[in-house]
Amino acid sequence: MRELITQTWAWWFSGAMIASIMFFLLYFGQSFGFSSNLRTICAAAGLGKKTKFFDFNWKAQTWNIVFLIGSIIGGYIASQFLSQGAPVDISAATINDLSKLGIAAPESLQPNELFGLEAVFSLKGFLILAFGGLMVGFGSRYAGGCTSGHAISGLSNLQLPSLIAVIGFFIGGLAMTYLIMPLIF
Amino acid sequence: MKFIKFLLLGIVFGIVMAKSEAISWFRIQEMFRFQAFHMYGIIGTAVTLGVIGVALIKKFNIRDFHGNPITFFPKDKSIARYLIGGTIFGLGWALSGACPGPMVVNIGYGFLSMIVVFFFAIVGTYLYGVFMKKLPH
Repeated sequence: MRELITQTWAWWFSGAMIASIMFFLLYFGQSFGFSSNLRTICAAAGLGKKTKFFDFNWKAQTWNIVFLIGSIIGGYIASQFLSQGAPVDISAATINDLSKLGIAAPESLQPNELFGLEAVFSLKGFLILAFGGLMVGFGSRYAGGCTSGHAISGLSNLQLPSLIAVIGFFIGGLAMTYLIMPLIF
Repeated sequence: MKFIKFLLLGIVFGIVMAKSEAISWFRIQEMFRFQAFHMYGIIGTAVTLGVIGVALIKKFNIRDFHGNPITFFPKDKSIARYLIGGTIFGLGWALSGACPGPMVVNIGYGFLSMIVVFFFAIVGTYLYGVFMKKLPH
């Protein structure tokens, strides 16, 4: 039983749980979309005084900020009580490809070369994290949603705009993986 | 107290994202290199069940717990904003290995360097708000 919890959870179980979360949010009168929180945080920080996009009734989004806080707690629970610190069991082909970029085989969930303290406090490492975040934040709002809002909620509602956005996610992701990362890593 | 259900749903979301390893940079790389089914299985299962569930909600006019009908708002018609915005998002997703949800789950998990990624995601959203009028939509 303990083994079942501490190992990697099956894709079908995880996918079903994510769909369930979306339906619970609909049942509670809301919708599943995580990146909206980024706009809400800007509004709560008072940026709406100068920029109209952040001038809205952000307090109505409190439920989503609470969901965000919950997901931080969930991550903490998963690492402290539900894991044994096993490395991610990615495919041999991926390990081989990443070694050519200077990323060693997994020792935990994340590569030390990108997320270790040494990386964060180096100029190049910091810029990688900063630009990664910047593009996610800018792109998700430009596209009107992220993985949860478009790929899960939008596709579930058969929205063509969401399909276009997901195609965009892959154009960008493939360009970064195959064209840009070999240049900057 | 009315927010406790959202806190619990968030906790479940965080645990599932972490335990499925969807918060791992390695898993995102494996996905963009088409070298495993795992991430496609997660997203595919969620979308398949989502399509069925949303169709049932519409067919039977299912109401939420307030008693209001569950309504779905169609997204604005456009190609440019979804394709360009989506592509910029994808560039960042592959580089940082995290979309907004997994960023904060990672912080809770103990990968504190994700605070940098999350902070700059907020800055990115702010820059969109400042420049949105000049962008094609």
